Amino acid sequence: MPPARSWRNYAQLYRLEAGRCKKCGRVHYPPRLICPECQGRVFETFRMKRTGKVVTHTVIRTPSHEFSGEAPFAVGIVEMDDGPRLTLQIVDVDFDELRIGLPVRLEFRRLFAEGEAGVIHYGHKAVPLRT
Amino acid sequence: MRDVAVIGVGMQKWGELWEKSIRDIFVESALLAMDDAGVNRIDALYVGSMSPGIFSAQEHLESVLADYLGQKFIPGTRVESACASGGLAFRLAFMDVASGTHDIVLAGGVEKMTDVSGGEATHALATAADMKWEGMSGVTFPGLYAMMAVAHMHKYGTTREQLASVAVKNHANGLHNERAQFRMKITVEDVINSVKVADPLNILDCSPITDGAAAVILVPADMIKRFKRPGVKVTGAGHATDTIALHSREDMTTLKAVSEAARQAYAMSGKRPEDIDFAEVHDCFTIAEIIVSESLGFFAPGQGGPAAERGETALTGRIPINASGGLKSKGHPVGATGIAQVVELVEQLRGAAGPRQVKDARVGLAQNMGGSGGSSLVHILEVM
Repeated sequence: MPPARSWRNYAQLYRLEAGRCKKCGRVHYPPRLICPECQGRVFETFRMKRTGKVVTHTVIRTPSHEFSGEAPFAVGIVEMDDGPRLTLQIVDVDFDELRIGLPVRLEFRRLFAEGEAGVIHYGHKAVPLRT
Repeated sequence: MRDVAVIGVGMQKWGELWEKSIRDIFVESALLAMDDAGVNRIDALYVGSMSPGIFSAQEHLESVLADYLGQKFIPGTRVESACASGGLAFRLAFMDVASGTHDIVLAGGVEKMTDVSGGEATHALATAADMKWEGMSGVTFPGLYAMMAVAHMHKYGTTREQLASVAVKNHANGLHNERAQFRMKITVEDVINSVKVADPLNILDCSPITDGAAAVILVPADMIKRFKRPGVKVTGAGHATDTIALHSREDMTTLKAVSEAARQAYAMSGKRPEDIDFAEVHDCFTIAEIIVSESLGFFAPGQGGPAAERGETALTGRIPINASGGLKSKGHPVGATGIAQVVELVEQLRGAAGPRQVKDARVGLAQNMGGSGGSSLVHILEVM
């Protein structure tokens, strides 16, 4: 990603800022300008809690070239405790531990390096919550 | 609105066509369609192509193709809706003729995918997903469909064998299609033991990377006598979108763009799912055919897998699906796929499908889909 393309998303990418629709209460991540549920246009911005659970998952064995050095890796859709769902890598996990309902916590990690300069992109990955 | 008929179809063999360029591939199939209709001139051109810019370093494709098709000055339009680009081109051609704007309209589709590396092709296809909010995770298209499969298996008990039975059936049909890219018989064990791509999907659950094109000619139904060709009428058309990201959908075991497009097409044609004699559906992955067969209303939610395994969707089954071999065996040159589905419908409705002919085929349905279901088109065609 060019610098501006990642810079303008810092609030969401790094601080997990979501928007709660003032009209229907639905939470959107990333924030939107109009609510797809009720067409409301006024939102309250807040930082999501970092916990959620896996609602589906896979293990990528044949990646695209940006991720070619990393396969196999687990990817899942995580439903945050605040409501929104995110597609994230699930790390620090044995593949046979993957299951629907697995509680996870989002941690700030290195995502991938891009281009000849190897610009590193950071963001969130999901880690199983261990009790 | 005027009634619309298809009076010509054309499709050359698909595969890795290294000796041919994108314009050669398109013009060959378009000329076959024009010859089939018996016309040398067309009034307008619509062509579906997902990403000629990345795959062939060529945009402005409508002018390239109208020029090389020998049709100077006609209006040309390239349309893009990821893997549903061909279906969308057909819809726009249908609306063009129905509206009375033009009489003889060519709807085509083309993709030349093997001029770039596998990694670049995967990247080009991945741009049909939410590049930012899905792409950052490294998830691939097989990965998105794999996550639908995991959710479907969890909710309904769909099995690995049921997924495999879709690929086995489509390859069995493709054996009888001389234009198919992969004509080979496979078994459930072959699928289950093939190379892993994105768990639980293996390479034999996935449609291939293909060069290919297809074209059809549409005219007003009341002009059909002039063409001395068996006409097939377009009686239903539907089109819908859904969220770009899979994770934004409340239910990942159904495809709302498909059910909404189908609802529109059924309403226009006055048909119900049980009136459909056969269908061509978008089996980009085995799980896609199972979910689509449910979202089209052929089977109740969760029954698509068992029905496929019991042979209900086989060539001699209750509702034959993908008699052509589907994307799985025939190949998936993304922009051409939606048009090739219409080619198969017309050949079946003419009774000209040879060894893969569906018995008593009078009403056919084509369902084309973009991305992980972010767009879908459904068309119903009938014998006139």
